[in-house]
Amino acid sequence: MTVIGWFQIILYCAIIVALTKPLGWYMTRVFNGERTVLSPVLRPIEAALYWISGVDERREQHWLTYTIAMLLFHVGGFVIIYGLMRLQALLPFNPAGMSAVAEDLSFNTAISFITNTNWQNYGGESTLSYLTQMVGLTHQNFLSAATGIVLAVALIRGFARASMRTIGNFWVDVTRCTLYILLPICVVYALFLVWQGMPQTLGDYVEATTLEGARQTIAVGPVASQVAIKMLGTNGGGSFNANAAHPFENPTALSNFVQMLSIFVLGAALTNVFGRMVGNQRQGWAVLAVMGVLFIAGVTVAYWAEANGTSTLTSLGLTGGNMEGKEVRFGIVASSLFAVITTAASCGAVNAMHDSFTALGGMIPLINIQLGEIIVGGVGAGMFGMLLFVILAIFVAGLMVGRTPEYVGKKIEAREVKMAMLAILVLPLMILGWTAVAVVLPPAVASMANAGPHGFSEVLYAYSSQAGNNGSAFAGLTGNIPFYNVTGGLAMFVGRFLMIIPAMAIAGSLAEKKSIPPSMGTFPTTGGLFVGLVVGVILIIGGLTFFPALALGPIVEHLAMNAGDLF
Amino acid sequence: MLREIRPAIVLLLALTVITGLIYPLAMTGIAGVIFPKQAQGSLIERDGKVIGSALIGQEFKDDKYFHGRPSATTGPDPAESAKTVSAPYNAANSMGSNLGPTSTALNDRVKEDVQKLKAENPSSPVPVDLVTTSASGLDPDISPEAALFQMPRVAKARNLPEQQVRDLVTRNIQARFLGLLGEPRVNVLALNLALDAASR
Repeated sequence: MTVIGWFQIILYCAIIVALTKPLGWYMTRVFNGERTVLSPVLRPIEAALYWISGVDERREQHWLTYTIAMLLFHVGGFVIIYGLMRLQALLPFNPAGMSAVAEDLSFNTAISFITNTNWQNYGGESTLSYLTQMVGLTHQNFLSAATGIVLAVALIRGFARASMRTIGNFWVDVTRCTLYILLPICVVYALFLVWQGMPQTLGDYVEATTLEGARQTIAVGPVASQVAIKMLGTNGGGSFNANAAHPFENPTALSNFVQMLSIFVLGAALTNVFGRMVGNQRQGWAVLAVMGVLFIAGVTVAYWAEANGTSTLTSLGLTGGNMEGKEVRFGIVASSLFAVITTAASCGAVNAMHDSFTALGGMIPLINIQLGEIIVGGVGAGMFGMLLFVILAIFVAGLMVGRTPEYVGKKIEAREVKMAMLAILVLPLMILGWTAVAVVLPPAVASMANAGPHGFSEVLYAYSSQAGNNGSAFAGLTGNIPFYNVTGGLAMFVGRFLMIIPAMAIAGSLAEKKSIPPSMGTFPTTGGLFVGLVVGVILIIGGLTFFPALALGPIVEHLAMNAGDLF
Repeated sequence: MLREIRPAIVLLLALTVITGLIYPLAMTGIAGVIFPKQAQGSLIERDGKVIGSALIGQEFKDDKYFHGRPSATTGPDPAESAKTVSAPYNAANSMGSNLGPTSTALNDRVKEDVQKLKAENPSSPVPVDLVTTSASGLDPDISPEAALFQMPRVAKARNLPEQQVRDLVTRNIQARFLGLLGEPRVNVLALNLALDAASR
């Protein structure tokens, strides 16, 4: 670990904190339906969209209607992507002549993109046409991100409102989120990325003759426009197989730093939106502090582990850390930091191969995902995941003092706690359940690239990543077989929607409750005690649930590595 | 519920057109005008022929060139297209080795590479990036130490004074961005082009 390395980490955190408040202010205005600086340009487009689709923007929806609208929107998205992948050979914008994608891979990829997972069982440059990349993947990157954000906003409205039956209008929220937040940032961002060296072309793959006279086919494409939204929307699905490690998808140290910022920026700002909507910004900062504590802890462990290297390398006298599966322009610190960020948020883009991380360095991304990606988290999904844990923590605090727990003026009662538990239990069911099935089935075991405990980690990571809608991978695992495509698709689907629906039920029930003013007996939720309590609840629940599985994978591998065992 | 079906179809299609067609095509148009070189892939031409991209590494085996990092990319077997074989720096199929820290295959590979490099230059410590594969398999860079490590071999193969080659390496070191972000590095293709130009 170096001073300059730590300086990069501190600078990163400082910029995120500095952006949280102004962006939170802007996003709050967007979701309150107020005028913004962009309204003169975008308002006519917005009004036209409502007009052609028959949306009455003043009519708000009950939580059930809001959820049904969201589900219908996803069914449509699924049909579009699946159709495009199956038919891409017959459609335009296909200069590399890609053929139709197989049924099971199309199923997995379509689910993967509508759930904001962006698990890559496909290899972008070797499987997909430009049309599929643009219309299928880029558009769903926008819409699944917008969906995540508006669901978080709906839950926040549940806390902020009192004695109301509605939590907003899904169509209005999605449209405003896409037009006023995601698109404007992406336009500027994509141009910045092209300036840094990212291709943005519909031309053929380039044929080059290298200095030594060999032929090299260089895949290009409309990369920058997709990368901008894949990072900002914490989608993570790449144009290329190697994702953000590919020099075209992340050309410089600066592009890397900005990509890392763009993963966290909207998620962090949502904590401020929460504070503003419930009428006390310190409530938002307290939530961000919980995320910050867990984040710094994760970065420290991962950076330390990667900088120390592996016993294979150190026994040969090689210093400079574990560079297997990392790029020179990023080095140890930017690769470790990126890995923690991308799994803390449910982004899943990678700028280094997590499969080649040290045992403990690779365990941090795994833990981040298994905790439910609540450290800033996927745009929106992280915020409502964190609020579920807050509800539990408040419930535990209430039990300790024997009072009905309250949070931001709302009584937390049996219904909310039951729904929160339901949402939290979905992850272990999908992750541990499917991992257990996979490791006893011979075809699933044959897909492992590494032997010994690392092979188990690959499977555990695959289901963690898919159920948690992350999308990063211990990529050695050959995931593109029918078993993994289908079970992974189910894990992604259940992991997304069985978390969303209980969260929306909580939103609806909270919005109907009366708001009660704080009294002497109210547990203060803006101080260090509250932050400590929530961190504790998260670690205890996560630890109790996943520690046995982690012990079989990364922990035993770390011990084996120190003992000099190879597999 | 029925009243939600129309927006589910119409709004979805409209937003698909905006974000999936208008946005990427507009970006392609604008980028092609403002940053035409980058938008095409930062291609490098010599004598009118494309010899590669400034951002994509290529394979160098000859002693008179600086070598890049080992690459784990694969390509279709020319004899049997259903199979894949090792094809370093295949820029149409980026990938890493994905070998874990306790992998025997990784251990054997690194050990062999270290022995080869030690035989080539016994006086310097072997830089770690020269014996580890990159994440993309297309890493265009090596560390300054890795370039200086190869300097004696290249100077000998080209009959150039070591000092001249060392100066070329030093001039091709890209520092951290603002002295802060990323790591110092040397673009192998740029260095080799400069080397060819100096030897003419």
